[in-house]
Order: sequence, then structure tokens, then C-alpha cells
Amino acid sequence: MSSVDLLLPLLIVAPILAATLPIALGLWFERTGWSVAGLTTLGLFGAAVSLASVVYSGGEEVSHKLGGYPRTYGIELVADEFSMLIVLLVTAVATGVLAYTRRGGPRGNTFYTAYLLLVGGLLGISLTGDVFNLFVFLEITSLATYALVASGDGPESAVAALKYLILGTIAASMYLIGVAFVFMATGTLNMLELADAIPAAESQTLIRTGFAFIVVGFAVKVAQWPLHTWQPSAYQQAPDGVTPLIAALVSTASAYAFGRLIVTVFEVEYLAGVSNAAAIVLTVGCVSVLAGTVLAVIQTEVKRMLAYSSVSQFGLVIAAYGVVVAGSSETALIGAAIHLVGHGLLKAGLFLGAALVAASYGARTVDEYAGLAKARPIVAGSMAVLLLSLVGVPPGVGFVGKWYIALGAVESQLWPVAAVIFLSTMLTLAYAARLLEKMYFTPPAAVESPHASGSVATDGGEVDAAAETDRADAVSIGMIAVVVVAALGAVALGFSGGAFADLLEPFLTEVFN
Amino acid sequence: MIEFLSNYYTYVLMVVILGIGLYMVIASENLVKKLIGVNLFQTAIFLFFISMAYVEGGSAPIVPHDGVPLEVMVASPLPQVIVLTAIVVGIALTAVGLALIIRIYAEYGTLREDTLREVRADE
Repeated sequence: MSSVDLLLPLLIVAPILAATLPIALGLWFERTGWSVAGLTTLGLFGAAVSLASVVYSGGEEVSHKLGGYPRTYGIELVADEFSMLIVLLVTAVATGVLAYTRRGGPRGNTFYTAYLLLVGGLLGISLTGDVFNLFVFLEITSLATYALVASGDGPESAVAALKYLILGTIAASMYLIGVAFVFMATGTLNMLELADAIPAAESQTLIRTGFAFIVVGFAVKVAQWPLHTWQPSAYQQAPDGVTPLIAALVSTASAYAFGRLIVTVFEVEYLAGVSNAAAIVLTVGCVSVLAGTVLAVIQTEVKRMLAYSSVSQFGLVIAAYGVVVAGSSETALIGAAIHLVGHGLLKAGLFLGAALVAASYGARTVDEYAGLAKARPIVAGSMAVLLLSLVGVPPGVGFVGKWYIALGAVESQLWPVAAVIFLSTMLTLAYAARLLEKMYFTPPAAVESPHASGSVATDGGEVDAAAETDRADAVSIGMIAVVVVAALGAVALGFSGGAFADLLEPFLTEVFN
Repeated sequence: MIEFLSNYYTYVLMVVILGIGLYMVIASENLVKKLIGVNLFQTAIFLFFISMAYVEGGSAPIVPHDGVPLEVMVASPLPQVIVLTAIVVGIALTAVGLALIIRIYAEYGTLREDTLREVRADE
């Protein structure tokens, strides 16, 4: 067991160090970025799997103290049952997206540098055991995300990235103020030490203020209505190959961090005693669920629609945290964990599918998806599976998460939450069905879509045969395979809901006792 | 009131700077000023950390070469280390933000948000 804990710092340091290589090697060799990023990501995935096998088979957390300093004033990295889920998701999705970008782009050494920084930051968020380092890793992730969003084609992406930067920085600063207040009251930054110190702290007002700032900070980072405004334009304007990565991972990691703070740092029992804490978290989540789905229904652009759908799906996770606090419900926490992982996978698959459709079929709006099932049956089929899973049709993974969250809400007698989940499922069906109907039951429009340009300029009217083959060339079998794997994974995970609950069991007993 | 101010003036100062920063982010139409607002907002938090670590009569947190350890009063070094890290993060953010603003200026020829909105609406 002695060497296993070295994997923890390695998982964070390796991608950050490797991030320097594409640019440095780029001075001598032109196209090294992909191989460096590919090797690193595969290594990370392997390391994550081996670490996960230790954590899940041993049934106890693996921790590493940096520099050997005790955790009272040193920095600790912790891998337990909850964080390993996110680590596995991050490394798996990163590998999938990287496989896609080999042909699908964006390319270039700077892209791979930002990509590796992003992965390093995300793994840092998942593994850190220290609230201040959480802030640093949040900012590393955000910086890489701003750069990636800004690497989109038009000038619009720079505007979207700047908006994201300003809001994201304010959010992270809010979180930092929260940390400052909590630190002021307790004098420690380590999560486990805080868990002991918070109920015993002299000034409870400071801690409540801190919690309030942290809630606001994470509400922005996780894109909860009405603080979500940065998110749709950032997702829409980012390059097609980048959106799957940030949509699946960045907000997921922030939502995970928020959950970690609730269950490990502040602890369910303590927060249940703070008046209105649970009610506020619940309300933020439930309102986002409804507002996000309603906004998604009225969108015409597919990427924007999926972005708003993220607002609602993360609302569900935050609402689940509310249920965890209000009803000290283990079931809701299982649901939140499954939904985080499941939604990450679904959104990665859906955005990859949307990127694939944009590259091969030239469609970006819902109307342009008409006739996709005839022209590109495999992609359309995979997207259909992913969409249905997003709605919550069993056996998709979306169903399992929602089921556990709803079950937790019912067990805790929180009927409004259950009603919100039911209503949002209906609304999710509304926008998913619109896309499905276009893909399968509407004949393709004769007019060439205006968004089809890319490298080839079309003047509308007749379909240019050369342009058509050119676009088909832009898609490799590997790119399609990634989307199909995501769809299959979503269904396969749907069958393993019980396994998730078993894996999380040791963590749950620790939290709720 | 005077007593409150004299006891807690660092915290009052922090809240004032925090407010000015946030107000600049919201109200200023100039993108560079918005970014300066973000910087002020962050700086207020750094000051908050530093002032909370201050000990009345404490010295710098450096190990004295012949002092008796228990009798030396020092300011808590942890928040200062934290602030150093946070400053670095803030600088990186400012750099990225300014780079984005340069790109926006190159593309649209304006630094003002209201003009930017009009230009984008026209396209």
C-alpha cells in the first residue's frame, strides 16, 4: 500500500508538467501535441483505474500528505469512493475527446497544452483534501477553459470567453471569501480538520456567512439559474471538439466539489441544524431544473439547447444535495453521484455527436437535423440513445440518477422536489423529442443549410457534390466510434445503478454516521 | 460607531474595496475597467486574509536565531502563503482577460460593452 498513494500527486502533476511539452517540443517538431497528450491521458486513465481498484476493493480512502507534513498545516490529497467516480469520469471522457480531436480538431500544440492543464486542474479538484487548494485548482481549470473557449473561430468566442472569465473569477472569489470566513472561525483549511472544527467553532455567524458565500460561488460555477448566463454562450462559441470536454467535466467537477464541501466539510448533520441552509440549496436547484428545461425547449441551436439542458441537469444535482441535507437521505447522495457521472458521459456523447453532425452533415440548428437518420444512421442512432437516456428512459443512466434522487425526495417527504423532477422530465422530453422527430420523421430540406460552410463555401441552392464528399472525409471511423461508445456506455451504466450504490456504500456510512 | 471603526477599520476597508470592485464590474461599460474591478474585488479578499492573520504586537513569522520559541509572538504565516498563491492566480487571470480584450478590440474596434452589443447585434 505504500506506493499506491504516490499515484495521487502523480495524477495531478503529470498532466500539468506534460502541458509544457507540446509547446516546448513544438519549437523543434511540428506535430507532437497529440502524441504527448495521448500518452499522458492514457497513462492517467491507467493510473486512475489502478487507484480505483485499490480504493473500491480496499474499501478505504487512499491519502497522500504532500512533503510529509501533517495535515494540520500541510496539504493532503485524498481519494475515496466519491472522488474516484469523478476521477474515472474525467480521465475516461478526456481520453474519448482526445481520440475525437485527432481528426475532428481543434489541433495545434497550444490546444493540447490547454487541454492537459484542464485535465490536471480537474483531477486536482477531485483529489484535493484542502479547501484552499480547491480554489487554486478551480482557477487552473477555469483558466484553461477560458483559453479553450476563446480558441473558437469567430470573434464571438472571445466575447463569450471574457464574459465567462469575469463571472467565473467573481464566483471563485466568492468561494475564496467563504473560505476566508470559515478559516477565520476555525483556523484550519484541511477538509477533515474543518469537519471537526466547524461544529465546535465559537462564532457560528462566521461559518454561516462563509457557507452563504460558498453557495453563491458554486451556484455560478455550476451554472445555476439565474447565474447561468455565461454558460450557454461559452458552450456554443467554444470549438466543436472542446465543448464536449468542458460541458462534461468543468461544471461536473465544480458540482462534485460543492457536494464534497456539503457532505465532508460542513457535514449533513451540521447543515441540517442551520436554519434555511437546506431550503436555499433546494430552491436554487429546483428553480434551475425548471428554468433550464424551459429555456432549453425554446432554443433553435442544438449546442445551445444542450447547454441549457445542462443548467437543468445540474439543478437536479444541486436539488439532490438539498435533499441530502434536508432529509439526510443516503439515497439522494447516491443519486447525485450517479447523475454527475451519467450526465457527464451523456453530455460528452451528445456534444461529440453534435460536433460530428456539424462536421459531416453541416447541421447546427434543430431544423437542419431533418433527415439525419437516413443520411447518417449510426450517428443519429447514437444521439437518439443518448437523448432518450437524458430524458430518463430506462435503461439509460439518466434514469438511474433521477430515480435515486426522486426516491430520496419521496423518502424524505419532500414532495415538491419529486414533482419538479417529474415535471422537468416531461419538459426534457419536449426538447429531446423535437430533435428525435426532426432526425427520424422529417425529410431533409432541399435547401443547403447556411451553417454548412466551414472550409467549403456554399452558395445555397443545389447540393455541391464535391463539398459533400469533402465533408464526409472530415469524419473518421474513430470519431463515430467515440460517439457510439458513449451511447453504449450510457446504457451499460444504466444497468449498473446497484453497483454504484455498492461502491459508494463505505463512503455513505462514513458521511451519515 | 467611532469605536467600531477604529477596531475593525481593516474589515470596513475590505468591504468598501469589495463593493467598489463589484460595482465596477457591473456598472462600468469599459471592458478594461471591468477587469480592473475584478482585480479590486480580488485584492480586497487578499487584504482580508492578511488583516485576519495580524496579531497585535506580533512580528514577522520568521524563526528567530536565539529567541525563546514560546515567547515570540508572530503573525500567522498560513494566510500570507495563501495570499501569495492567490495573487499569482489573480495575475494569470488578468493576463488572460487582457489578452481576450485585445482580441475583442482587434475584431470589433471597441472597448465599450454597449457599443460592442450594438456591433454584434448588427452582424
